[in-house]
Amino acid sequence: MTGEAADPNTAGTPAAADGAGAGAEVIRVERVSKRFGPVTALRDINLHVARGEILGLIGDNGAGKSTLIKILTGFHRPDSGRILFEGTETRLRSVAHARSLGIETVYQDLALIDGLPVYLNLHLNKELTHGPLPFLRRREMRRRAREALDSVGIEIPSVTAEVGQLSGGQRQAIAVARSVHSDAKLLLLDEPLAAMGAREGTQILRLLRRLKQRGDLAIILIAHNYSQVVDVCDRVNLLQHGEITFDRRSADTSVAELLELVHAEYRVEA
Amino acid sequence: MAEAETHAAATPAAAPGPGAAPPGATPARGPGAALLSALVRRRELSIVLVTIAAVVYFSVAGGKGFNTTNNYHIIMQYAAPWAIIGGAEALLLICGEIDLSAGFVYTFTPFVLTSFYDAGATVPFALIGALAVAAGVGLVNGLVRVLFNLSSFITTLGMGFFLEGMSYIQSRGEPTQPPIGGGLQRVIGGWRWSELVWALAIIAVLQIALSATRYGVYTQAAGGNPLSAAESGIKVGRIKIATFVVTSLLAGFTGILDQVRVGSFDPTSGGNTTMFMAVASAVIGGTALLGGSGTVVGALFGALLLGVINDGFNLIGVNAYAFDVVIGIAVVVAMLLNAYLASLRKRALR
Ligand SMILES: Nc1ncnc2c1ncn2[C@@H]1O[C@H](COP(=O)(O)OP(=O)(O)OP(=O)(O)O)[C@@H](O)[C@H]1O
Ligand SMILES: [Mg+2]
Repeated sequence: MTGEAADPNTAGTPAAADGAGAGAEVIRVERVSKRFGPVTALRDINLHVARGEILGLIGDNGAGKSTLIKILTGFHRPDSGRILFEGTETRLRSVAHARSLGIETVYQDLALIDGLPVYLNLHLNKELTHGPLPFLRRREMRRRAREALDSVGIEIPSVTAEVGQLSGGQRQAIAVARSVHSDAKLLLLDEPLAAMGAREGTQILRLLRRLKQRGDLAIILIAHNYSQVVDVCDRVNLLQHGEITFDRRSADTSVAELLELVHAEYRVEA
Repeated sequence: MAEAETHAAATPAAAPGPGAAPPGATPARGPGAALLSALVRRRELSIVLVTIAAVVYFSVAGGKGFNTTNNYHIIMQYAAPWAIIGGAEALLLICGEIDLSAGFVYTFTPFVLTSFYDAGATVPFALIGALAVAAGVGLVNGLVRVLFNLSSFITTLGMGFFLEGMSYIQSRGEPTQPPIGGGLQRVIGGWRWSELVWALAIIAVLQIALSATRYGVYTQAAGGNPLSAAESGIKVGRIKIATFVVTSLLAGFTGILDQVRVGSFDPTSGGNTTMFMAVASAVIGGTALLGGSGTVVGALFGALLLGVINDGFNLIGVNAYAFDVVIGIAVVVAMLLNAYLASLRKRALR
C-alpha cells in the first residue's frame, strides 16, 4: 500500500515531495471551477489532503462546500481544472468510478433510502451476493451491518428496521458507518455531525481520530462547529463565495480567529 | 422477503416467537392480534384474504357453476394476462414509473409477428422478431423518459396512441388468424392451462428479481429516493430503462399468448382496458403509486381477485357495468388500506 506513492507521477507535484507512506498526498485539486447556470459555485479551487491527515473545510451556507465534495465523489464534473488522485491526474467519471478508487462519502443529505432496512443501506451499491449467482446474501449483510454499527459505537435498535423510522442522528451514524466501513483511501464527510447529540458527536469525533491514527486514510470534514473542527482537524480551509481564502494548520489558528474571519466580511458590508 | 420474520424479534408489537416468551413478557393476545401484526408485516396478506372471501362468496352465491374446472379456466383467462402485465407494472411503479402503453403493446405485438411471417420469416423467428420489437418499444419509452426527463405518464400515453394507430394500420382493422401451429402453438397459449403456467413462472421470476437480487434493491432505491441512489453510484436511469423494456416485452408476449389462445389476432383486443386492469391489479395487490416499495406476487392476487369478481358477477347475473363500479371502488379502497397498513407498519417498527 505504501509503495504506490513512489509513482513517478507524484514527483511533479510539489506537495507530494514529502515522500511515501503516511503523509503522501491522496488528493490534490488544482484550479477547479464549477458553474450551475448563472451561479458560480466554485472558482479556481486549490486543495490537498495527505494520508493520515484530516482537513477541515468551513464556510457559510452556499459557499460551495458540498459542490466541492460532490466533484470529488464523481457526482459533478468540474468545468475546468484538474484532480490528482494519489499523484495521478484522474478524471472522475462517475460515483461508481470514484468509489472504485477508494473515495467514500457521507453526503450532506446522507444518501440513504428510507424504505430499505438499515443493513441494505449499509451495503447500498456494494451488496454481497453468492459468488457468480446474483442472489443477495442477506444474512451475511445483516451480520456485517451489526459489526459496522458496533464499531462506530452508535446504538441502532435493529439492522432490519427501515431507515426512515430512525432519528436524524441515527441516520447520520448509519451514513458514517457505511463510509467508514470500507476500504476507503479518501473519506469525505459533509456535515456528519449536524443532527447528532453531544455524546454521539463525540463518539464520531473519537472515531475520526482513530481512523487518522491508522495513517492510511485522508479525510475531509465539513462542519459548522468550529471548535470541533479545530479540535479534530490538522488543517483548516475556509471557503468563501466559491474561493478558498484561508489555509492554515489548526495548531496555528483558533476558534476566535475563524469566527473573526467569517464575520469580518459582513462587518465591512454593513 | 425473508426479513419479515426477523423484524418480529426486534419489535415489541410483533407476536412472541414460538416458545420464546420470557417470564413477565406480554401474554399472547390471541389470534386477532397475531393476524393484525401479520397483516401489517406482509403486504400481500390482506389481498389474499379478500380474494379468499370473494371465492367463498361466489361459491355460495354462484351456485354449482363456480367451482368447476371450466369456470376456473374462465377465471384464468381473465387473470393471467392482467397478472403478467400487472407484475411488470408493479416493478415500474416501485421504481417510480408507469407504463400506460402496455395494453397497446399487447394489441400491437401479434401483428408484428404476422408481418414478419408474411415477409417470409419462419414462425420462431417471427416470434423472436415480434418480441424484440416489443422490447424496443420499452427501450424507446425508457430512453425518452430518462434522456429528456419527460414524465413516463406523458411518454407512454403518447406511445399508447401511436401503437393503437399502428395496430389498426397493420391489421387494416381486421382480425387475422395466428400463423402459429403445432407444438409451439400449444406452448404459447394453445394448451388449455399454458397461460396459467406462464403467468405463475413469470410472476415467480419477477418476484425473485425484486426481493432477492441487486436489481430489486436498486429498483426500490431508484423509486424511493433517486438522488440518494445516484449519490450511491446506482445507475438510476439504466434501472428504469431496463424495467420499461421488461414491461413492454412481457406485455407483447402476453398479447401473443392470449390471442393465440383465443385463436385470433384482434386489433380491438387489449388496449387501455388491459392496461388499466394490470395497473389496478398491481395497486390492489399492495404496490403504491409513490414508488420505493411494492410486491409482484400482490399483483398476481390482485389480478386473481379482479378475475374472480368479473367471473362471479357474470355467474350471478350482475350487470357487466357493475363490474367497473366495483373496480373503481376496489382501487381506491386498496390505496386507502395500503396507506393505513403502511402507517401501522411504521408504528409497529418504531
Ligand atoms: N445542482 C445544483 N444546481 C444549481 N445550483 C446549485 C446546485 N448545487 C449547488 N448549487 C448552488 O451552488 C452554490 C453552492 O452550493 P453548495 O451546496 O455547495 O453550498 P454549501 O457550502 O454546501 O452550503 P451549506 O452549508 O448550506 O451546505 C449555491 O449557490 C447553490 O445554490
Ligand atoms: Mg452543503
